[in-house]
Amino acid sequence: MNTKTSVKMLPTRDGYGHGLLELGAAKPEVVVLDADLAKSTRSDWFGDKYPDRFFDIGISEQDMIGTAAGLALGGKIPFATTYGVFVAGRAWDQIRTTVCYADLNVKIAGNHGGISVGADGATHQALEDIALMRVLPNMRVIVPCDAVEAKKATIAAANVYGPCFLRFAREATPVFTAETDFFEIGKANVLKDGKDVAIIACGPIVYEALLAHEMLQDMGISSRIINMHTVKPLDEEAVLQAAADTGAIVTAEEHQVYGGLGGAVAELLVKHRPVPVEMVGIQDTFGESGAPEELAEKYGLTAKHIVAAVQKVLKRK
Amino acid sequence: MFTNDLEKLSAICKDVRADIVKMTAAAGSGHPGGSLSAVELMTALYFKVMRHRPQEPKWPDRDRFILSKGHACPVLYSVMARTGYFPVEELLTLRKLGSRLQGHPSSKALPALEVSSGSLGQGLSIANGLALAAKINKQDYRVYSLHGDGELQEGQIWEAAMTAAHYKLDNVCAIIDYNGLQIDGAVEKVMGLAPLAAKWQAFNWHTIEIDGHDFNQVLAAYEEAKNTKGKPTVIIARTVKGKGVSFMENAAGWHGKAPNQEELQKALRDIYGREN
Repeated sequence: MNTKTSVKMLPTRDGYGHGLLELGAAKPEVVVLDADLAKSTRSDWFGDKYPDRFFDIGISEQDMIGTAAGLALGGKIPFATTYGVFVAGRAWDQIRTTVCYADLNVKIAGNHGGISVGADGATHQALEDIALMRVLPNMRVIVPCDAVEAKKATIAAANVYGPCFLRFAREATPVFTAETDFFEIGKANVLKDGKDVAIIACGPIVYEALLAHEMLQDMGISSRIINMHTVKPLDEEAVLQAAADTGAIVTAEEHQVYGGLGGAVAELLVKHRPVPVEMVGIQDTFGESGAPEELAEKYGLTAKHIVAAVQKVLKRK
Repeated sequence: MFTNDLEKLSAICKDVRADIVKMTAAAGSGHPGGSLSAVELMTALYFKVMRHRPQEPKWPDRDRFILSKGHACPVLYSVMARTGYFPVEELLTLRKLGSRLQGHPSSKALPALEVSSGSLGQGLSIANGLALAAKINKQDYRVYSLHGDGELQEGQIWEAAMTAAHYKLDNVCAIIDYNGLQIDGAVEKVMGLAPLAAKWQAFNWHTIEIDGHDFNQVLAAYEEAKNTKGKPTVIIARTVKGKGVSFMENAAGWHGKAPNQEELQKALRDIYGREN
């Protein structure tokens, strides 16, 4: 991985599109549904190539999830696709009662995750989706950090049985993982080792954590950077080991600090190894319109904010 | 239809009605009213219409049934038991700890069910998905879903109604148990549905209106649905909530209440006649 020289920029939703295309060829049982956002979510890439296995259900997220459930019962591996804010919120009961309760093999892609959606404003910025999905029994929640990992996550989701929620982002963000990097659902990737503090992040903000690692290094602080691409099931061993080795944790996510990755890490630590935790994320508020980088600055989601959280947590050690 | 066939089905209906009141009485809770109204519709499906193998519940070519009005599971459990999916004695475990017969259907607990249900309005979408899968797989199974009339107040039903017509899912047959009552009272008072057939017609469904307690009409409707091509069919069956038990008939109060022992005995006398 490279954080210094110029990096390629791609949105993680592109990785989803590429993952679906690969699955289209590899797995005839994969079908894709969308709710009138196929161009934006990249599901139309699959739809153009496999029109008989693509269903636009129109602007009806609840019906889309139910239809996906029926397709799963009929032996298909459906990917139900739309913006995260609509599917995780509006279709939550359908996901709970029809998909998760019966443990159906439905994959859900929540696009436009996070505040970086930008100009569309608060209604379209999914900031609660991880929490809403994480609380459901049988559900897996995967938040890829870049387009390369997004493609791997999409394919991996098709290769495990059961409900999966995948979160993708609209904006182009740095591609800093390699095709050859190891990826397994539920296994965190340690990107940098360190002994003073561990920064656990998910999604494109992992790149900010890597930038923070370098800034901290210049300050003489050694940080471990963990890419927790799977929020559920959480890699408990990686979290507990980080707590044991460093004694201080910072979480970072483009999501409410309540109920998301920060919540998941804190729930685990408080049971087994209480250490000081600081959470970088949206602080119990809605977003607003603006450029993605302006919003990241205003809502405290940059490397600088992660460094500040590290300084705060180290004082509590 | 031979007369003795009709007599046989009518006799089964008595046993199914007795099961419903016995199992809800044993559970001390449950939903007898909307189960009793669907007895003929369900008995016809499981004993006459559907292609299925109770000894091989996951037979790939079976017709599928989705109980979208999940609270009416007593009638479903009864016809399943009486067609051989599980012992009739097991019906009395309804709603008890550890039972396969959950208070609302759980396919995890009872894998012979296609899916879990209980949160209303979701079954038609599931039926559509199963029907789409059949079309992709070139399988000829049909998909039936049973809905309450009150349930049609859920918006998802109408989303799914659009989807079924849009994708020309002629292998889908939705059945409306139009008993006219819901928990808070008369459907037309709580949130009116009329004109119901016109609504479905406007959504491009083939629409059949019948008396849901008349076997000749019920069987003819299922046959007409099978023979309808290019669009989904809805059977709007006029029924009586609590049908067959005098004090439960047309009484919204018996939507979600179990009979006590005295009421159970009276119900069984109503169902089988005084002589029994």
